[in-house]
Amino acid sequence: MANVYFDHNSTTAIKSEVLNAMLPFMQSQHGNPTSRHVFGRNARDAVETARAQVAQAVGVQASQVVFTSGGTEANNFAVHGITAGLVRNGFEKGQILTSAIEHPCVSKPAQALQANGWQAKSIPVDENCRAKMDALEALLHAPSSLVSVMMANNETGALQDLPQIVALARAKKVTVHTDAVQALGKVAVDFNELGVNAMTISSHKIGGPQGAGALVLDKRVDIEPLLYGGGQELGLRSGTENVAAIVGFGAACELAMQNLQKYRQKTTALQAKLDAALRAMGANVFAEDANRLPNTTFFAFEHIEGETLVTALDKAGFAVASGSACSSNSGEPSHVLLAMGVAEDIARGAVRVSFGSTNTAQEVDGFLIALQQEVARLKQYSAIAA
Amino acid sequence: MAYSDKVLDHYENPRNVGTLDKNDPTVGTGMVGAPACGDVMKLQIKVNDAGIIEDAKFKTYGCGSAIASSSLVTEWLKGRTIDEAYAIKNSDIAEELALPPVKIHCSVLAEDAIKAAVADLKAKQGK
Amino acid sequence: MTTGRKPIYLDYSATTPVDPRVAAKMIPYLTEDFGNPASRSHAYGWVAEEAVENARSEVAKLVGADPREIVWTSGATESNNLAIKGAAHFYAPSKGKHIITVATEHKAVIDPVRELEREGFEATFLEPDANGLVSLEKFKAAIRPDTVLASVMFVNNEIGVIQDIEGIGNICRENNIIFHVDAAQATGKVKIDLEKLPVDLMSFSAHKTYGPKGIGALFVRRKPRVRIEAQMHGGGHERGMRSGTLPTHQIVGMGEAFRIAREEMDTENERIRMLRDRLLKGLSEIEETYVNGDLVHRVPHNLNMSFNYVEGESLMMAVKDIAVSSGSACTSASLEPSYVLRALGRSDELAHSSIRFSIGRYTTEEDVDYTIRLMKEKIAKLRELSPLWEMYKDGVDISKVQWAAH
Repeated sequence: MANVYFDHNSTTAIKSEVLNAMLPFMQSQHGNPTSRHVFGRNARDAVETARAQVAQAVGVQASQVVFTSGGTEANNFAVHGITAGLVRNGFEKGQILTSAIEHPCVSKPAQALQANGWQAKSIPVDENCRAKMDALEALLHAPSSLVSVMMANNETGALQDLPQIVALARAKKVTVHTDAVQALGKVAVDFNELGVNAMTISSHKIGGPQGAGALVLDKRVDIEPLLYGGGQELGLRSGTENVAAIVGFGAACELAMQNLQKYRQKTTALQAKLDAALRAMGANVFAEDANRLPNTTFFAFEHIEGETLVTALDKAGFAVASGSACSSNSGEPSHVLLAMGVAEDIARGAVRVSFGSTNTAQEVDGFLIALQQEVARLKQYSAIAA
Repeated sequence: MAYSDKVLDHYENPRNVGTLDKNDPTVGTGMVGAPACGDVMKLQIKVNDAGIIEDAKFKTYGCGSAIASSSLVTEWLKGRTIDEAYAIKNSDIAEELALPPVKIHCSVLAEDAIKAAVADLKAKQGK
Repeated sequence: MTTGRKPIYLDYSATTPVDPRVAAKMIPYLTEDFGNPASRSHAYGWVAEEAVENARSEVAKLVGADPREIVWTSGATESNNLAIKGAAHFYAPSKGKHIITVATEHKAVIDPVRELEREGFEATFLEPDANGLVSLEKFKAAIRPDTVLASVMFVNNEIGVIQDIEGIGNICRENNIIFHVDAAQATGKVKIDLEKLPVDLMSFSAHKTYGPKGIGALFVRRKPRVRIEAQMHGGGHERGMRSGTLPTHQIVGMGEAFRIAREEMDTENERIRMLRDRLLKGLSEIEETYVNGDLVHRVPHNLNMSFNYVEGESLMMAVKDIAVSSGSACTSASLEPSYVLRALGRSDELAHSSIRFSIGRYTTEEDVDYTIRLMKEKIAKLRELSPLWEMYKDGVDISKVQWAAH
């Protein structure tokens, strides 16, 4: 097994403080939060404490946080739920505008809604992975219902200018959702400052457990549930609360906020070191001129297959990714890079490094040595092949 | 559901549980609520010649707040005149017991029980 | 108000504690082996993927399915939503828009069906017999040419009765109806063999069977192949039927919980049946009690009883040294009497005064004996307070009394 983990955008190890917070709820504190006896009330209190912690991390009131099973569910809930809410309130079905670099759990639900008479359209991005404002403005001339643009891209780490997107959408009274799963814990995420109406966040990207996420809602949004049943989460999300994971999510949020400053300083330094070395080695660093997450670098060497390089690096002891975990079995080049206008053969070479707070400069040094060796070796093969 | 300490006290140690002879001309009996709604309250008052309530008894089928509301009013009723009894408001009961909004109906029921007991007494004495 | 010790837990149908063996298995996947099972490029991902697949086999084994027929979800609520909306949407164009279900289903079945009604589907909510069981004749009579889907729960969460899944399934097969079964309360309690059972879709939950909360599964039959429309779209996990990062540690927990259930259910259920029968015998010594639901076609874990002339909520307050529930956990925040008991034809009063005792792995004989003593004492006290009990003792027929509308 690799001993250096550089794939934190895929998932993160749980922090020990988080695990300790969770353990009682995996063992003795086992109540169902809906039950009225003391076991149930303790579980309910734990869920509500976590809700307050999550709310505080993004600057909202606890009542604005709806827990889900994770980011995918929260994104599906946002797209399906907001559009269904509009229909219930008698609005026309307008366009659903999602950026070309969204995670499929935003773009696919939008496409699925086309069967019900909605129109899904893609907002193009520039070569630095940023949504094109003129294009968005033009799209918004036609009646639109929802705009969804992710705050930070999972592959390139590029950050979007959300306040400007919100301003354009708001002028047309269009609801805005953002997938902030990759941004939380890495940069400041203030729901009200962003001005969005709905925002997705997830636990396992910030040192919390898998299995918990949330949709944060502006109180004006009238949303329909995705899951129907026992009426948990004020009827917006049925299903017994995943108490342990929710408690872990809350603890992880609190820790992430305490450590944000340190995290940024540390990862920014690692990123600067990595990027400089990559440039010196002649790599393409994607979204280089965009504001990026401090922990993410997405790059490619010409004529070197990304999958091959990633596998070689894994053998050398470094866990990195060739793109997002979710698409890593498709063999297709990254849709994000293609949307940025990157040529397909370059895109096939893409490798993502995503740091975490426990990574060190020595690990980056070691990685760069391994990378240089593997790149030299693979270039030789490709030269022979050519 | 969190109950106030006063509700718990009345629930654990209900005052004046029991039955008075309903055929006694100085006893007024009020029975309000319905089993189907989850509460039935029986409240009885016994009035002396001066028109003062000298005894009050209750039996209640219902939740803790309903039991506490009826127990509390039996305490309040003793020593009061009929008119003073009639003036007891559900809001007084709800406030005293710190009832949550979903339990306000219990205090309403207790007020209704007092009014029904007084009406029964008046009907008897009017005869 | 807190008494020093914790109350005795008799609410295993609301949720079970995680078995310590399950927790021990889960924790490494939170700490060292924390990879995303979808990561194909490094060992962290492979280890997680392997753990997920092992767990899938364990879940499949308990219910006699092929691992490829198991789709992970966030729990039984999501499984039910996915099965019902997913199958209804997929098959409606070819078959029609009529759905049959039962009035005593869990809300996680009833509410998705209600949602489909708003979309233009029609639904029949069958009333069970007084014992809680759905008769095959009644089921047959409800079938229409456009019936596309039927959903019947295996074991009822409130009264524990076991439906004739095989009988209903055979009728569904004959009539080309997709058959979904909510088995959240059944795993580890009744034998399930999906190789033989004529069921197309079956929902499972981990936290009712000593696994963690937040994880469940849906069985989707491969032969003959059953199709569902995905309700959650995204990275295309779970063969496109359910996207979302798989929570490895929870999946591992469900696998381990189901493995333990498979190996231990026979002996465990015998022990639990003895405890339940002891509880039933003790409580039956109290006057005017009624068992809700059939006692034969019933899981051993459940005893649901109504205590006439005492009100449910005050009864719950009186017995706070035991953790039980009145009505299902999911509806107990509301003041409505249990809709399940009402569907059996129980009067509102009896429905209000019902308590569900659910027994499980860690219940002891002392727990049961204590419960019997406590119930006897508290029922007597509350009846002393009850005007209805007084009337009953005076020979008044309460059903004939004219109650003022309130």
